Amino acid sequence: MLLLTILADGVIYASWLFIVALGLTLIFGVLKILNIAHGSFYAVGAYAAASFVAWFVSMDMAPEWSILAMLMAAVATAALLAPLTEQGLLRFFYGRDEVLLVLVTYALFLILEDVTKLVWGPTPYYVSEPYTLFGNIEVGPLFYVGYDAMLVVFAILCGIGVWWALNRTKTGKVVLAVIHSDEVASSMGVNVSRIYTFAFAFGIFLAALAGALTAPMVSVQPGLASGVIIVSFAVVIIGGLGSIQGAAIGALIVGLARAAAVHTWPAAELFSVYVAMAIVLIFRPEGLFQRVQARKI
Amino acid sequence: MRSNMLIWGGGVTLLLLIAGYLMPKWALFLCTMAMSHGLVSLGIVVLMRSGVVSFGQGFSFAIGGYCTAFMTNFFGVTDAFLLVMSSGAASVLIALPFAPLLSRYRGIFFAMLTLAISMVLYGVLVKTTELGGSDGFNVSRPTLFGMELDNENANMVLYQLAAVIVGVALTWSRIYTQSTRGLVSLAVREAELRVEYLGASVASTIATNYLVAAALGGLGGALTVLALGHIDPNFSYWTTSGEFVFVAILGGHYSMTAVFLGSLLVEIVRSFSNLYFPNTWQLAMGLFLLVVIRFLPHGLGSLWRRGSTGDQQ
Repeated sequence: MLLLTILADGVIYASWLFIVALGLTLIFGVLKILNIAHGSFYAVGAYAAASFVAWFVSMDMAPEWSILAMLMAAVATAALLAPLTEQGLLRFFYGRDEVLLVLVTYALFLILEDVTKLVWGPTPYYVSEPYTLFGNIEVGPLFYVGYDAMLVVFAILCGIGVWWALNRTKTGKVVLAVIHSDEVASSMGVNVSRIYTFAFAFGIFLAALAGALTAPMVSVQPGLASGVIIVSFAVVIIGGLGSIQGAAIGALIVGLARAAAVHTWPAAELFSVYVAMAIVLIFRPEGLFQRVQARKI
Repeated sequence: MRSNMLIWGGGVTLLLLIAGYLMPKWALFLCTMAMSHGLVSLGIVVLMRSGVVSFGQGFSFAIGGYCTAFMTNFFGVTDAFLLVMSSGAASVLIALPFAPLLSRYRGIFFAMLTLAISMVLYGVLVKTTELGGSDGFNVSRPTLFGMELDNENANMVLYQLAAVIVGVALTWSRIYTQSTRGLVSLAVREAELRVEYLGASVASTIATNYLVAAALGGLGGALTVLALGHIDPNFSYWTTSGEFVFVAILGGHYSMTAVFLGSLLVEIVRSFSNLYFPNTWQLAMGLFLLVVIRFLPHGLGSLWRRGSTGDQQ
C-alpha cells in the first residue's frame, strides 16, 4: 500500500521533471552549456500559462481549450526568449570554458528572476481550470487526479517523440552528429550554428512546456526557478549529461527517492535527492549513461 | 620576497585599521560584510587557480556561521576571536571527508558535486527545528578578549577583527600562491597529466586547496554571523554560493587583493540598488556579471597584474 503510493507519487513527480531535464540535457549535449537559466524558462512558461489560461477563460471558452492555452504559452515563451538569449547573448561566449558558461547562464538567471517579477508581480497565480479536466482515476485503493495521470502519459510521449526525432529523422541525425563532434559535422557541411539555435529553442520549449503543465498543480510565484533547476541538475548529473535515456532514469530515481522520503521521513525530502545523486556519482563519476571519452594529453 | 610580503601585509592591515576610524558607521558595517564575504571568495580563487570552481562554497560559509551561532547560544562561548578561529577549524574538519572524494572530479562535475553537498546541508538545516528551521535564529553579541561590546563600539571592534583576519589571510594566501604547491596548482590547471608525470600529486593539490577554501569559508561565515547577529539556512543555498563565485570571477585569479575590491564593489552595488531600485537589484547584478565576463574575463586583478604571476594567458 505504502509502496504503491510511493511508486505513484514518484512517477508523477518524475514525469514533469523528465520534461524539464530533457530540455536541459539536450541543450548540454548540443551546445555544451549547463544552463542554470533553464529554471527561469520553466518559471516563465508557468507564468505565461497562467496568463494564457486566464485570457482564454475571460473569453468564455470551454475549459478544454486551456490545454491549448498552455501549449501556446510554451511556444510563445520559446519563440520570444530563445532567439533573444541565444543570438543576443550566448553566441558571444561559445567555445569558452564550460564553467564560465555556467556563470553566463547564472547571470541570465538573475536577470530573468527580476524580469518575471517586473512583468507578473510578486503575487502568486493559481491556474485551476485544467486541473479538473480529466476527473479522478482509481488506482487500486487510491484515488488520483486524472490530470496527474495525463502528465505521465504526456511525459512518455515527449520522451518517445524526442527519441524518434533524433534517431529516425534526417534533422535528428544531423543533431546527433553535432552532439558527437561539432567540428567534424561542420566540415561535412552541416550548418552548426543553425543546429545550435534550433536545439536551444527546442530545449527552452521543453522547459516552458513543463512549466506550463505544472502551473495547475502549484501556485505560480517567485522562487519557482531556483527550486526546479537544482533538482533537474541532479537528474541530468545522475543520468549523464547529454543523455536522453539518462534523463529518464535520472528523473525516475529522483522522483522515487523524493516520494519515498516524503512518505517515510518527511524531514529528508530535500536532501534525499542529493543523497541519491551523490551515491550515483561515487560509483559512476560521469553519470549512468555518459559516453566514454578519451583522455587528452 | 617573503619578508616583503609580510611587510606589505602589515601595511595593508594598518591601512584598513586607520580607514576604520575615518568611516561613517554604515560604511563600517558595509566594509565588514565585504571583508567577511571576500574571505569566502578568496577560498574560491585559491581553488580556481587549480582549475576547479566550487559552486557550493555556501557549505563552508554556513558551517562556519552555524558553528559560531551554536557555540554562542548553546555553550555560552562569547569571545569573538575564539569563535571565529574555532569556526574556521570546524569548517576544515567537516570538509575533510569530502576532500578526497571531490579531488577526483573536474569542471562541471566538481561544481555540481560541491553544489549538491551545500544543498544537502540546506535541506537538513531547513528541516531542523532545533536550529530555527527556515527562519534561523538570532545570535547574541560577542565579547572580545574579555571586553564587553555595546551598541557604540560593536561595529568598530568587529570591523577591526575582520580587518586583522583579512590582513593575515591575504598575506598568507599571497605567500601560498608563490609556494611550490601554489605554483603546482597553476600547472594542474594547465595540464594535469603532465603534472602527474613530473611526480606531483594532482589529487592532493586539489584536496589541499579545497580545505584551504573551507577554512576561509568558515572564517567568513563566522565573521558574517557576528556582524549580522542572525543566521538562517540561506547561508547554504545555492544562490549564496553563486554570489561568492561572482565575486571570485570579478576579482580574478591574478591578484588576491582584487578579490576584496570585487567584494566591496558588489556590497556597494547591492546596498545601493537595495535602496534605490529594490525590485531590480538581481537584474543589475546579472548585467554587471555579464559585462565582467565579456570585457574583463580575468577579473579586476588583470588590470594591474597581467602576466606577472608567471602564468601567461
